[in-house]
Amino acid sequence: MKLFNIKALGAAALLASSVAALPAWAETTLTAVMQAPLRSLDPHLSTAQIVRTHGFMVFETLLGMDDQYQPQPQMADYTVSDDMLTYTLTLRDGLMWHDGTPVTAEDCVASLNRWSQQDGSAKTMMKYVDSIEATSDKELVIHMKSPFGPVLELLAKPSPIPAFMMPKRLAETPIGTQIPEVIGSGPFKFVADEYRPGDQAVYVKNEDYIPRDEPASWTAGAKVVNVDKVVWQAMPDMQTSINAIQSGDVDLIEQVTIDLLPLLAMNEEVETGILNPLGAQVTGRFNHRLPPFDDPQVRKAVMYALDQETIMQTAIGNPDYFQLCASIYGCEVPLASDVGAEYLEGTAEERMAKAKEILAASDYDGTPVLMMQPTDLTVLTTQPIVAAERMREAGFTVEVASMDWSTLQSRKNGWQPVSEGGWNFFFTYWGVAGIWNPLVHSLINGSGEDNTWAGWPVNARMEELRAAYLTAGTAEEQKQIAEEIQQIAWDDSFYFNAGEFKSVAAWRTELHDIQSGPITLFWGVSK
Amino acid sequence: MSLTTSAPASPRKRLLENPPHWTTVLALIVLLAIIAMALFAPQLAHFEPTKLNAMMRLKPADETYWMGTDSFGRDLYSRVVYGARVSLLVGAGVAVGAIVIGLPLGLLAGWFRGLDAVLMRAMDGLMAIPGILLAIAIVALTKAGLTTVIIAIMLPEIPQVVRLVRARVLATRSETFVEAAVLLGTRPMRIIWRHLLPSTIAPLIVQGTYIYASAILTEAALSFLGVGIGTETPTWGNIMAEGRLYFAMNPWLVYWPAIVLSLCILSINLLGDALRDRLDPKMKGRS
Amino acid sequence: MLTYFLRRLLMAIPVMFFVAVFVFLLLRLTPGDPAQAIAGDQASLDQLEQIRETLGLNEPLSVQFLTWIGNMAQGDFGRSLISDRPVLEMIGQRLGPTVALALVAMGLTLIIALPMGVLAAWRHGGMTDRLVMAVSVIGFSVPIFVIGYILIGIFAVNLRWFPVQGYKALADGLWPFVHRIFLPGLALASIYIALISRMTRASMLEVLREDYVRTARAKGLPESLVLFRHALRNAAIPILTVVGTGFAMMISGVVVTETVFNIPGLGRLVVDAVLARDYPLIQAIILLTAGTYVLINLLIDLSYALTDPRIRYQ
Repeated sequence: MKLFNIKALGAAALLASSVAALPAWAETTLTAVMQAPLRSLDPHLSTAQIVRTHGFMVFETLLGMDDQYQPQPQMADYTVSDDMLTYTLTLRDGLMWHDGTPVTAEDCVASLNRWSQQDGSAKTMMKYVDSIEATSDKELVIHMKSPFGPVLELLAKPSPIPAFMMPKRLAETPIGTQIPEVIGSGPFKFVADEYRPGDQAVYVKNEDYIPRDEPASWTAGAKVVNVDKVVWQAMPDMQTSINAIQSGDVDLIEQVTIDLLPLLAMNEEVETGILNPLGAQVTGRFNHRLPPFDDPQVRKAVMYALDQETIMQTAIGNPDYFQLCASIYGCEVPLASDVGAEYLEGTAEERMAKAKEILAASDYDGTPVLMMQPTDLTVLTTQPIVAAERMREAGFTVEVASMDWSTLQSRKNGWQPVSEGGWNFFFTYWGVAGIWNPLVHSLINGSGEDNTWAGWPVNARMEELRAAYLTAGTAEEQKQIAEEIQQIAWDDSFYFNAGEFKSVAAWRTELHDIQSGPITLFWGVSK
Repeated sequence: MSLTTSAPASPRKRLLENPPHWTTVLALIVLLAIIAMALFAPQLAHFEPTKLNAMMRLKPADETYWMGTDSFGRDLYSRVVYGARVSLLVGAGVAVGAIVIGLPLGLLAGWFRGLDAVLMRAMDGLMAIPGILLAIAIVALTKAGLTTVIIAIMLPEIPQVVRLVRARVLATRSETFVEAAVLLGTRPMRIIWRHLLPSTIAPLIVQGTYIYASAILTEAALSFLGVGIGTETPTWGNIMAEGRLYFAMNPWLVYWPAIVLSLCILSINLLGDALRDRLDPKMKGRS
Repeated sequence: MLTYFLRRLLMAIPVMFFVAVFVFLLLRLTPGDPAQAIAGDQASLDQLEQIRETLGLNEPLSVQFLTWIGNMAQGDFGRSLISDRPVLEMIGQRLGPTVALALVAMGLTLIIALPMGVLAAWRHGGMTDRLVMAVSVIGFSVPIFVIGYILIGIFAVNLRWFPVQGYKALADGLWPFVHRIFLPGLALASIYIALISRMTRASMLEVLREDYVRTARAKGLPESLVLFRHALRNAAIPILTVVGTGFAMMISGVVVTETVFNIPGLGRLVVDAVLARDYPLIQAIILLTAGTYVLINLLIDLSYALTDPRIRYQ
């Protein structure tokens, strides 16, 4: 009897050890279809959302941002001196790079240097920075020349480009060149061998990662990974993705075409919902350097002619998933306000009458407006057509030029006359995290300089206000400046804010505790 | 079995003795109807094919919208009717263009052995580049307009015509009657015109109908990949490409243009077959 | 024969050079900016300029071309501008699925189309002929993506006989491979079935009127022997031409089929590369397909000489 017990114990121990040795036995893999295929891996170099999502899998930021838009400790805890001139960041214990070496303050200084050469807002910040130095293995200090409000916010921001940390040897890669290896300190490790650019990216749980103690909130708090492996699978066809999630081939679709949601509504094994509470703003951009839109009156006619509701209704369909507001920072962010709403008041017909009136009174001579339309980016194919129809009704001559998205993107960067390949108007969209304050917002740059984002509006008052925002002492002051900026953006017709839409995700019911966040997060979720 | 017993006869006599099959007649009627649809599109359509209506997106068919509406709220029926114009034009432009350019090249390559090597290498080069890629590049290079798309689809088709004609010429030139003509000192151009050209007609008709059909389909594929003719100009291809997203919800957005397109191609092919059977060069040569 | 083969191989060099120059120029004259694909659409012009400078895209075209040709002569196809991975490695990852798809489609085509064509020619003008032609014409007339969706709708979603999407390599087992590649193979084959069966029929009709076929029949040989041994063999030239040219055309079908069935092959890689202006990758893929194409056609030309004794090469 005794002998038997010992044998049984031994067998149980053997079984336990073999289970531990073979994690594949119980491996859970989460397969996701992301909104775009992953083609490049350097999160400092790319502003694309998919690369940023990839960044947050593998890399971490010194500070995280919680769902109240507040910076919180992540890799480091921080203190700020009373004069706002010294920021001290202390790395928490147990941080390791995926190659097994410990994370040092020196690595982080090198990473901040690389990041600040690439990110627009960080470049602005560096004008106020005196030095960034590692004072020990664990501590780095940022000395300011003069106070700059959003330092912590920039270190924590989840919008392009986040301040990701990487080992010094990678951070020394010159800007413009991609990092040769993907080594971060984040909760997932990137599996280079299984990466097929544009098709598949594979991440495995980083067993050595020690999460923080605070509860998870957006990119702050504990990043607890409950799956062994995450596979991102590109699917160029939405119909295929929908079939695949219904058959169980994939667990999650990051962004479902809203018109197709009814297909999934019938399926009890699939849930749909908004994981990213921040939407995306659709924007129609004028080329301020070329006629006819170098004339503010002509631009204003367009502002009245275009109709947010028609544009969003045609593009999205279901009003549950779009929102109309005057805010240029996104409809639901702290800086959101109704300033400039006078351009959206009244019925579409009333505004059209006004547009006709303004255009007739202007110097517009019938010059054709070249409207660029992307053919291969479904979210942006309808807006130019709808806008062209409204503009024609107002009295414009509009030529819709269809082209692929890549051509459109490079064409937008030039300001030569239309006859030589220039442009007058096009639509794009911005994740709200990329426009939520005057610092990160690219479309309200009023300097008119060549190297600013396409459109090149010129407005001196706007530049004063943008500078004032950076040094504003209080939240109230910031808000007041932001509102004045918004008024100018409308009055001087920087661009047309066409409304905001939400990304709807779909996931199989086997998934539990999916986190909401400014990008799709793969910690917290279990299967 | 009927083959071996059919006696040679003049084309006209054969037509009288052997009236066209009912499917050929039907095909002709269908094709004429589609051509008429293209010509009288403004009279037939209920709406401007580009007329948007955000409130009427993706509606099923009813009395007003015979085939329902697309994702822009445009009337699908009107778009399909107007689509006939561009699709027929693309098909015809590509087929005619490819044959007009490819036929002389093929005859020359097949007859003049010195030219052959150079010409065929250039054709090999052109052909070796995947047509779809060439088309994407060309469409992107200039504007995504009708002419661009026709040229983009036509270019990769030319070498196929050349090869086919050349293969045919190679086979025919060793025939006794051609060799006899050469021995008699007939000028090469005359031999090409009298003996070689006719022998290429039958396969060219088969190939031409195929090119016509495939041009319309390639246009659809370009639209599918996002580099076709812009959505302001309806083509059966871009109507289907736009509808494919909603296929599972309302497959008719794809089926309607697909049915009209298939009928069109079906009738072209049947007519091509019928023509081919009648214009057979061997029979003609012996009559 | 051997000299002919060698001479043709040598002649492939100018062809490939023509392709290289043509493609290089076509791509570089096309608007679009790879830096934009790397940096994303929110990047500033400064960032883009920096990336272009690093990638060497600001060099004169002639310098870029010579660098590229020079590197290729040493067997270096370069790195993808977008993913910064060796181009050959990326192609290697995607080659398998495409080759498998193309072979399966070609196999299905021959199995289905040859008998169809022969049958139609044999029963020329009859109901069988019309039926075969009608069936083949459907393959011709319906876009591949519609055929794909219909196949998925019937066999994968409703009947659940096949998976809806995806690819498994042959190395993962015969059944998973066949299970996943059958529907896309069939969809891709549809257009070729139509094409080859028509060509077979047309060609067979010609041959069936030839004297030697009559003689063979008069001798009392079995009809199947006459059809497949005597007639089909002589009808092979136009069929072979179409099989060869079909390879180039197949690429376009492959692109669409790979998209519909989500197969990670070369077709999708090349379209993505064009849309992102990933020059080295596009150039390498084109040269690769061009090389394959030249080789296939060389083999077909050689087989002409074997199948048709009337054609002789010095």
